[in-house]
Amino acid sequence: MPSFSHFLSTLADTKGVFIDAMLLTLKLTVVSVLVGIVIGLFFALLKISRVKILGWISDAYVYLVRGTPLIVQIFILYFGMSGIFLIPDFWAAALALAFHNGAYIAEIFRGSIQSIDQGQMEAGRSLGMSRSLTMRRIILPQAFRRALPPLGNQFIIGLKDSSLAAFISMNELFNVATTLGSNNFDEMTFLLIVAVYYLILVAILTIVVNLIEKRLAKSDR
Amino acid sequence: MAKEMIRIEKLNKSFGDLHVLKDVDLSVNESDVVCLIGSSGSGKSTLLRCMNFLEKKDNGKIIIEGEEITKEKHNINEVRQKVGMVFQHFYLFPHKTVLENIIEAPVMVKKIPKKQAIQEARDLLKKVDLSDKEDVYPSKLSGGQKQRVAIARALAMKPDIMLFDEPTSALDPELVGEVLATMKELAVEGMTMVIVTHEMGFAREVANKIVYMHEGTILEAADTQEFFSSPKDERTKAFLSATTIK
Ligand SMILES: Nc1ncnc2c1ncn2[C@@H]1O[C@H](COP(=O)(O)OP(=O)(O)OP(=O)(O)O)[C@@H](O)[C@H]1O
Ligand SMILES: [Mg+2]
Repeated sequence: MPSFSHFLSTLADTKGVFIDAMLLTLKLTVVSVLVGIVIGLFFALLKISRVKILGWISDAYVYLVRGTPLIVQIFILYFGMSGIFLIPDFWAAALALAFHNGAYIAEIFRGSIQSIDQGQMEAGRSLGMSRSLTMRRIILPQAFRRALPPLGNQFIIGLKDSSLAAFISMNELFNVATTLGSNNFDEMTFLLIVAVYYLILVAILTIVVNLIEKRLAKSDR
Repeated sequence: MAKEMIRIEKLNKSFGDLHVLKDVDLSVNESDVVCLIGSSGSGKSTLLRCMNFLEKKDNGKIIIEGEEITKEKHNINEVRQKVGMVFQHFYLFPHKTVLENIIEAPVMVKKIPKKQAIQEARDLLKKVDLSDKEDVYPSKLSGGQKQRVAIARALAMKPDIMLFDEPTSALDPELVGEVLATMKELAVEGMTMVIVTHEMGFAREVANKIVYMHEGTILEAADTQEFFSSPKDERTKAFLSATTIK
């Protein structure tokens, strides 16, 4: 194990490059989770639609994502997409992660939508609102609130999963750490350093999610 | 001849193997206050929900204001605007304030300007005696207040008919009176109402027609006076003596 003072001095010396990498990790995470939310909402709505085939499509997507390792998905999408059209590495990584996050977020939304009392839909319909209008105005706003804690959790999982983008040469946190570690023959120090940066990011995300939850909780209940 | 608002002919409805409504016939005239009574599981809620198309009938006719309503010829969303519904468990929208609950459908469905909708909502809140609660979220209201908001919300669509499914059954006893008073006021104003209820006193006082259901059929339908003073069917008599003792 490296000495504590060695750890601290290395941490200070590499601050610049790690902060850049941290920003890239954050960008990758935020983009992939936000796109994942859109994908997830789309597949959640397919799943609860009354058209059976749409439900099956949603099931198939979730099964594909949950049934294969993320690193396999990243490689397939990265090499698959770059073979078909020119796409910046960042977007290849972000979309691969979004595709992955989307499946878990779809399950989060499906659960939260189905947890809303049937009576809410009936009340909306009895007022002459259409099914889709009631979904949009009545059900989804409530479902989003309920989805927030698991979404926050998914954000943290997505943050850590983004380390796999190192394998398609994104200079995010994990890649920088392993590269510097092997260049300096000092892997352990850099692994400990990168752990600190992940912990900082998770702490920030946790605080932000808690703030949003508190803000929403104030308006009702 | 009063205008016929609802007419139901040979209505049948099953849930799987369970035949819940059996050849039900019913007629409701303008300004009628009809109380639907009967034991638990007799099909009262199902019948009421069929009138609002929340349940899909198997066969039979549902005629609203002279027009037989069919999926092919009618937009159910438009028909529902004429038929308001109040539920046992209120189903207020918890993420919206009292005022927002009331203006939601008028603004989103009828496209009434928001200003006007708010004005009308305030008038309705005054009517149900909740003017001071317009900016409150439903979770802060008592059961009786929630149900009065739900009534105001339904009235905001200016329906011709109001359906109530046990509107006071989920309330603490001391809160039942305020909701019944609101409903009575509506009845006096001439609203056409169909009410599923166990409140025999209210039925006796406010309804002009009583319909007694038993195992999916209407056993007896009569003017209130006649129904309570000289019930014809033995089962009606048994039901009445059981409920009035309580
Ligand atoms: N969605 C449903 N699926 C299956 N069975 C149902 C459904 N809704 C109602 N039923 C059944 O239909 C029968 C009639 O139900 P309904 O709710 O109309 O009775 P009710 O007269 O309103 O009774 P209560 O006084 O308890 O409210 C009952 O046996 C009930 O279990
Ligand atoms: Mg019922």
